[in-house]
Amino acid sequence: MKMTLTAIRVSVTLMLLCGLMYPLITTGLAQALFPKQANGSLIQSGDVVIGSELLAQSVTSPKLFHPRASAAKYDPTASAGSNRAVASDDYVKEIKEQIAELKKDNPTLKDIPSDLVTASGSGFDPDLSPEAAKAQILRISKTTGIAERQIEQLVDSLTQSRQLGIFGEPRVNVLALNMALLKQAKL
Amino acid sequence: MKHVSSTQLKKGDIVRVEAGELIPTDGEIIEGLASIDESAITGESAPVIKEAGGDFSSVTGGTRVASDFIVMKVMTDPGESFLDRMISLVEGAKRQKTPNEIALATLLAVLTLIFLIVIITMVPMAGYLGIPLDLATLIALLVCLIPTTIGGLLSAIGIAGMDRVTQFNVLAMSGKAVEAAGDIDTLILDKTGTITYGNRMAAEFIPVKGVTAKEITFASLQASVKDETPEGRSVVELAEKLGESWAAAQYEDAEIVEFTAETRMSGMNLANGTSIRKGAVDAIKKYITAKGGRVPGDLEEIANRIAKAGGTPLAVALNDRIFGVIYLKDTVKPGLKERFDELRAMGIKTIMCTGDNPLTAATIALEAGVDDFIAEAKPEDKIAAIKKEQREGKLVAMTGDGTNDAPALAQADVGLAMNSGTMAAKEAANMIDLDSDPTKLLSVVAIGKQLLITRGALTTFSIANDIAKYFAIIPAMFIMAMPQLQAMNIMHLASPQSAILSALIFNAVIIPLLIPIAMKGVKYRAATADKLLARNVLLYGLGGVIVPFVGIKLIDMLLHGFHIV
Amino acid sequence: MGMGFVQVTITLVIILALVKPVGSYLVKVFDYERTGLDRIFGPFERAVYRIMGVRDKEAMGWKQYLGAMLLSNFVMLILMYLVLRLQKYLPLNPDGIDNMPSAQAFNTAVSFITNTNWQSYSGENALSYLSQMLAVTFPMFTSAATGFAVAVAFIRGLIGHQDNLGNFYVDITRAIIRVFLPLSLIVALFLVFQGVPQTMQGAVEASTLEGAKQTITRGLVASLESIKHIGTNGGGWFGTNAAHPFENPTPLTNLVHIVCMMLLPTSLVYAFGLMIKNKKQGWAVFAAMGFIFLVMLATVFVAEYHGVTALTSAGVNGNMEGKEVRFGISESALFTAATTAATTGSVNNMLESLTPMGGFVALAEMMLNNVFGGKGVGLLNGLLYLILSIFICGLMVGRTPEFLGKKIEGKEVKLASIALLIHPVIILAPTALALFRPESIASISNSGMHGLSEVLYAFTSGAANNGSAFAGLNADTNFYNVGIGLVMLVGRYISIIAMLAIAGSLAAKRVVPVTTGTLRTNTPLFTGIFIMIIVVIGALTFFPALALGPIAEHLAMPH
Repeated sequence: MKMTLTAIRVSVTLMLLCGLMYPLITTGLAQALFPKQANGSLIQSGDVVIGSELLAQSVTSPKLFHPRASAAKYDPTASAGSNRAVASDDYVKEIKEQIAELKKDNPTLKDIPSDLVTASGSGFDPDLSPEAAKAQILRISKTTGIAERQIEQLVDSLTQSRQLGIFGEPRVNVLALNMALLKQAKL
Repeated sequence: MKHVSSTQLKKGDIVRVEAGELIPTDGEIIEGLASIDESAITGESAPVIKEAGGDFSSVTGGTRVASDFIVMKVMTDPGESFLDRMISLVEGAKRQKTPNEIALATLLAVLTLIFLIVIITMVPMAGYLGIPLDLATLIALLVCLIPTTIGGLLSAIGIAGMDRVTQFNVLAMSGKAVEAAGDIDTLILDKTGTITYGNRMAAEFIPVKGVTAKEITFASLQASVKDETPEGRSVVELAEKLGESWAAAQYEDAEIVEFTAETRMSGMNLANGTSIRKGAVDAIKKYITAKGGRVPGDLEEIANRIAKAGGTPLAVALNDRIFGVIYLKDTVKPGLKERFDELRAMGIKTIMCTGDNPLTAATIALEAGVDDFIAEAKPEDKIAAIKKEQREGKLVAMTGDGTNDAPALAQADVGLAMNSGTMAAKEAANMIDLDSDPTKLLSVVAIGKQLLITRGALTTFSIANDIAKYFAIIPAMFIMAMPQLQAMNIMHLASPQSAILSALIFNAVIIPLLIPIAMKGVKYRAATADKLLARNVLLYGLGGVIVPFVGIKLIDMLLHGFHIV
Repeated sequence: MGMGFVQVTITLVIILALVKPVGSYLVKVFDYERTGLDRIFGPFERAVYRIMGVRDKEAMGWKQYLGAMLLSNFVMLILMYLVLRLQKYLPLNPDGIDNMPSAQAFNTAVSFITNTNWQSYSGENALSYLSQMLAVTFPMFTSAATGFAVAVAFIRGLIGHQDNLGNFYVDITRAIIRVFLPLSLIVALFLVFQGVPQTMQGAVEASTLEGAKQTITRGLVASLESIKHIGTNGGGWFGTNAAHPFENPTPLTNLVHIVCMMLLPTSLVYAFGLMIKNKKQGWAVFAAMGFIFLVMLATVFVAEYHGVTALTSAGVNGNMEGKEVRFGISESALFTAATTAATTGSVNNMLESLTPMGGFVALAEMMLNNVFGGKGVGLLNGLLYLILSIFICGLMVGRTPEFLGKKIEGKEVKLASIALLIHPVIILAPTALALFRPESIASISNSGMHGLSEVLYAFTSGAANNGSAFAGLNADTNFYNVGIGLVMLVGRYISIIAMLAIAGSLAAKRVVPVTTGTLRTNTPLFTGIFIMIIVVIGALTFFPALALGPIAEHLAMPH
């Protein structure tokens, strides 16, 4: 009985220490030190929240850069990957269809940017590889009338290199890109 | 006194056994002296002398009184005598599994269970993929995988190990004792009889003042020509080596005087009245003084010198004159140094126990190459030495024969009693050497190790075998439904049927091939653990992986070549 | 691929460089002698002991130690279950989330108390903030500390001279206060700095560039995220775990995650060497685990870079399905190898969409369950195989096998056998059962060999207390919730019970001195045999299942 009582006291004490005190203290410190990040790196236009710079959002307009495919339909309340089996015939067939689709816009495209024809893991991959962004330039230029070179410069200027020069891959944030594009085109 | 059936005898009964009669059961002689024919147990036809009191008073049921009679006290209850235990051991009725055997059996049982589960669960998995599996194939796979090979041989290896011990004329009371022998860290050996010839040998003839070397040599020879003890024989040998000879005919009608504990000397009286004696120095002195002879002045000094060097002086007298002293010396048995080196390589420390003074003990220890010695050892010193080693966590083996060794034998983890020893010693020990040759402990250690190695090696071999069987059977099972699995058929077996059949045949062939290894034990050479491991892993581990690949492929080629499948 | 190789190498070097200092620190944490650390943590710990009613000087034999562990874990389990079942009525539920159904709540509570972190729910829509704190973040500390404690207790038994394994409550308190809490706080703040949210506010409605609505869910993510990896827990705040940009926003956070999850399991192996006063032995075990890890890592690395043959010929290089651009292929491969080795179970890419051999690596590492492994229990599993290796090798040198001078006999082998047996049983039997029932087959999203892998993966993940998933499987059914729940319980506690019983038995044994006849267990030769035995036993057990799943799938890959 004494043993049980000790076990209960230990459990409750640790629950309050690790489950309540620790996250609350962390929250206090985080809000004080990094308020923007702590609240979700939100992008606001006046009072309106446009989105989070870390989350991709659905873009369907041919005039804008499209983020990677999302199995979650870009809905953060139900994150999901596609969970496709990549070694299946169905999958290969679908990807080949997408490649064909892509080549309609870019007949000369040889190396297919693999992030452009695959779904992201989270469903909100905010980034595209520079190649994947550039593969969309032709389409955007056609639909918006902005010169290809201008858009390419935009992509290059917004491309983040590897962190510390080593980690990760070069990438460009789609939301930032689209916002810059909108600003430029004043669409 | 009345006649009783031997089966009615109980502990504590007193029995009289006459010449020519079988001794009914184990016991101690409490009266009388007799020569006993122990060939029934030892195979040695020459009778041994047993008498009341002392270390040679125990008799074993089933042996025969060859001359004289004895009165003995029964020491065991019916059904528990030495012979009974021996029979039950041989029958294997009381064979208990050793701890290592239990551990290994558990492991094998678990592996079997795992394989059983692997195979049963394969059915729904394959079923989900739409692949039907037929029962025969599943059973074939199970039979191939489960470690039947080693499982069936486990007991055989244990019994074979005990049998090998028995072939050395050592009777192990349990398989556990044999295995424990393999774990020994420290060996405590009596000097006398084990490291040196217990019977000391003549090293030199030392004349007293006024006697020539030739005279003392010849007198010693005469005193020993009819002495059949090892000491006597060594005197004759040494004298002959020094150029003396004797004519057998001359001594034909001589009266032989046997050595007795009272007189402590032996010799003979020739027909011409000459009496020749050799014996303990003070006994000869007393004998000569009684005859009116004179004790030479330098006798004492010579005797002391020999004693100090660890030897035994034997005085030699002709009629009433002392000629000199035979220097009997302990001699280290040949080949022992090498055996101790072997033991050291196995990581076993040897300690010599001796009643000698430290100086002598050190000399012999160095000569024999033992690691340590206990000089002027009393029986309790032996126990203390064993306990000290055991406190350090070591397993200790020792040999002993006397009643006073019994506690030490019981204390030791492995006690090897000499069959010539007392009942108490034999009771306390867990092994009995029928030849009373204590160096055999070394062989028992090797057998113990060999026993464990055989188990380990065959287990490893057996488990390693399964890898090849998987590569034979799994692709064969699924290849019809999943042609891509042909890539896993790395042996390029001809067809699924022949693959499964080859694996089965290989399985059936390998068991009989392993039986001889199980029986004889794998080859054991004294070496460090690292070397042994490297060798055995290479041979039985790697071999166990490769052999079935080759074997199954060969069988497949045969089956296919002869169009059997 | 070249840059990927550099990234992986640098990450591994960072981990290696931390092994010694962190390992030495761990030894101090669990050393009951006075150390300099007492000055910093002592007063706080004493206060906690007083509140908990724990007498810190009280020693426990193996049965008491085990009793305290089981009892406290059970109490925590009940508390967590209640929080999940009642979250609707409890505070800190800004998004108004409903109570969790009973089967899922059982599964979730078990999952977190066993350090598995299998999730049949998605945090963003199934848990209130309070549940994330009390039923997820809290057990992430205690389950990791429990694993640590039992590993340390086992080592104490190994080197002890009596049945005294220490004090369970003191061990978990020290682990939490001296290791997990400070480290988690620092890491959490770094994660916030990089972009991980840490807020009490509920979801925010965004109006996207195209004018659509996007509900941005957030919460106290960073404080969960740090202990999730430090404690090799793996359960994410969000459904897609560390692939979600809010859990793992940058390559640097990804690096921190990988280092955190490998840090303590690897250091503990070194600490083991220190504690048994045989550093070489520690390194020998480390080398064996490290070797298997490198082989596995190389396999998944090459497989993902190679991608699907048929697509490569169409111009697509490598497999990016289910992966995030900021991590690329190399860091996704490394994360996969690390998370299944350290049995963390968090993912930064969707494992179900790995190439067959990539998936094979994840499965195989969990099946071996001792490639560093989870907090403490990984080491225990490694030591279990070590005991078996010693047993077999010991026989082959002709001595009753002994480890650190303690004889391994029938009792130890029996207990080790139980632990050895239980792992394949709870993986294969439920997988077979699931594939027998049409209702549970209906949960499978991909057909054929990959579908088989989905189910196999689920139970392997539960048995290894890993928690990662082939997420296509709909595991939120009563069958999988209860089935995997039971598998997690058995997988965690049976082997711990067996190992602690071995510790108790070994503790009471006298130590046999080392001679040249003693099997040396810290040599390269023995380490090689040790690796072989791990691989062979693993292969013999799981080869047929793997052959039907990922291997067959790989061999049938479209060309």
